[in-house]
Amino acid sequence: MAETAPRRVTADVAIVGAGPAGIAAAVRAAESGARVVVLDEAPRPGGQIWRHTTRGTLPRGARRWLERLDASGAQVLSGASVVDADGPRLLAQWRGEPLVVSAERIILATGARELFLPFPGWTLPGVVGVGGAQALLKAGMPVAGRRVVVAGSGPLLLAVAAALAGAGAHVAVVAEQAPAAAVRRFAAGLWRRPAKLWQAARYRAGVPRARHRPGVWVTRADGDTTVREVTLTDGRRTWTVPCDLLAVGYGLVPATELPRLLGCRIERGRVHVDEYQRTSEPAILCAGEPTGIAGAHAALVQGQIAACAALDRPAEATSLLAARDAWRRFAARLEATFAPRDELRTLADADTVVCRCEDVTLGRIDASWGSRAAKRYTRAGMGPCQGRICGAALQYLFDWTPDRVRVPVAPATVGTLVHAAALNTEPQDPS
Amino acid sequence: MSDVVEIHVNGRAVRVPASASLAAALLAAGESAFRRSVTGAPRAPLCGMGICYECRVTVNGVAHVRACLETVAPGMDVVTGG
Ligand SMILES: Cc1cc2nc3c(=O)[nH]c(=O)nc-3n(C[C@H](O)[C@H](O)[C@H](O)COP(=O)(O)OP(=O)(O)OC[C@H]3O[C@@H](n4cnc5c(N)ncnc54)[C@H](O)[C@@H]3O)c2cc1C
Ligand code: FES
Repeated sequence: MAETAPRRVTADVAIVGAGPAGIAAAVRAAESGARVVVLDEAPRPGGQIWRHTTRGTLPRGARRWLERLDASGAQVLSGASVVDADGPRLLAQWRGEPLVVSAERIILATGARELFLPFPGWTLPGVVGVGGAQALLKAGMPVAGRRVVVAGSGPLLLAVAAALAGAGAHVAVVAEQAPAAAVRRFAAGLWRRPAKLWQAARYRAGVPRARHRPGVWVTRADGDTTVREVTLTDGRRTWTVPCDLLAVGYGLVPATELPRLLGCRIERGRVHVDEYQRTSEPAILCAGEPTGIAGAHAALVQGQIAACAALDRPAEATSLLAARDAWRRFAARLEATFAPRDELRTLADADTVVCRCEDVTLGRIDASWGSRAAKRYTRAGMGPCQGRICGAALQYLFDWTPDRVRVPVAPATVGTLVHAAALNTEPQDPS
Repeated sequence: MSDVVEIHVNGRAVRVPASASLAAALLAAGESAFRRSVTGAPRAPLCGMGICYECRVTVNGVAHVRACLETVAPGMDVVTGG
């Protein structure tokens, strides 16, 4: 096939991800006069939290950031997936065509995704993530009159239960796997810190009919063409709840494919950054959820700090450091409170599908293997999701470390991929 | 601007909100098996954000389109269960 010459963009700062972190970084850098390009594979900027909602109905703070982004002069390329990276250069696929971005500095703001842990029945239609339910709801999924169970872990459970109830669903139960005492301590801490990121208490008030049950988790789901019934336990008693939608997820995990591909140091699943959001690699900074799960406000602060550092003006970020550190402490508490309990490792049985792309059951996997051997022997993690779902689950179930990142990190056409090999050999743009 | 569009799902005409993602529209149209897994099991959206690939459908003849990342368009021809 004919090789398309890639389009080229050069910038002072290239930002991957147009969620709160990427937007704040772009605004701060572009308003300081830097040439900024932002790439995001989604059709609109806003990230997981803002992009599904029409602007008029977003909270004022969010709207303000998006308006500043429009006015900042930053070039925003929506629908651009970054598929490969080498040093300060990125290969993206944009509108089906290859695009090479060369920049002095790169800020990775690739966000997070949900942690799914396998249990019998989790592949049934009607079983969705908690964030997944939120995303589908915002995208127009009708839930009025449906009977929903929300389960898993983390502050998102209550937020999503409230959103579902607000859209007319009957939320039968909100099952939070974290112990009641831990959740109480966490909520008490929120009262002391009025920054109230997830406003746990208010969300809870917004779900009047729902029963919020800490210390309860899903052991299985049953159904036919779709989920019909969920089995819950508190460790002593087991009972079933009829439902036609189960939203279940165990919190968020950092999206670290691109940082890992670029050689950035990863610690306990998070991208390691210094106090100015600089990674271990020169010219590469990281902001938002890849550095730890702390929510949109934290991402906004980190994005701004990263922009100042990227422009070699770290002093301008000084006033933001205290807020960022407070969010870091919040992230640590979040992680400790909602850490998945050990019982969740034993839910899947030998017949439970672990890798959904290749239908690999748990019984076919040997705990002693590691991610790479599992791929070789069973194809687990070789499907189109590239182990984004099963990889995190297997890491949790067996304490495995992630395998090397495969290029492309997002699906790309052959026309784009021919440029991947050239990315690390071709000379720098003379411009 | 109309707030409802008509799309075709497995040859059946369905009217869906114009602002909906294709995944949401298919769920609204009562689809539960977006695709068949390699062992033939029905699968439907899990993540809602483009990472699980469980929502893959054929759109206007193009296979393996993630329905959760697609916005509906008038006349879109969708085939599920592939
Ligand atoms: C499914 C889901 C639902 C959520 N719902 C809520 C909610 O209702 N309320 C709430 O308070 N918080 C919610 N959160 C958490 C919230 O999204 C985060 O706290 C916040 O968005 C973090 O901002 P961020 O900028 O770090 O990342 P994100 O907002 O996730 O932005 C990262 C962006 O990077 C892009 N990206 C990643 N990799 C690439 C690549 N290779 N090429 C191009 N682009 C790429 C993604 O498309 C994404 O837009 C949700 C999270 C998830 C995963
Ligand atoms: S629902 Fe997961 S990729 Fe579309």
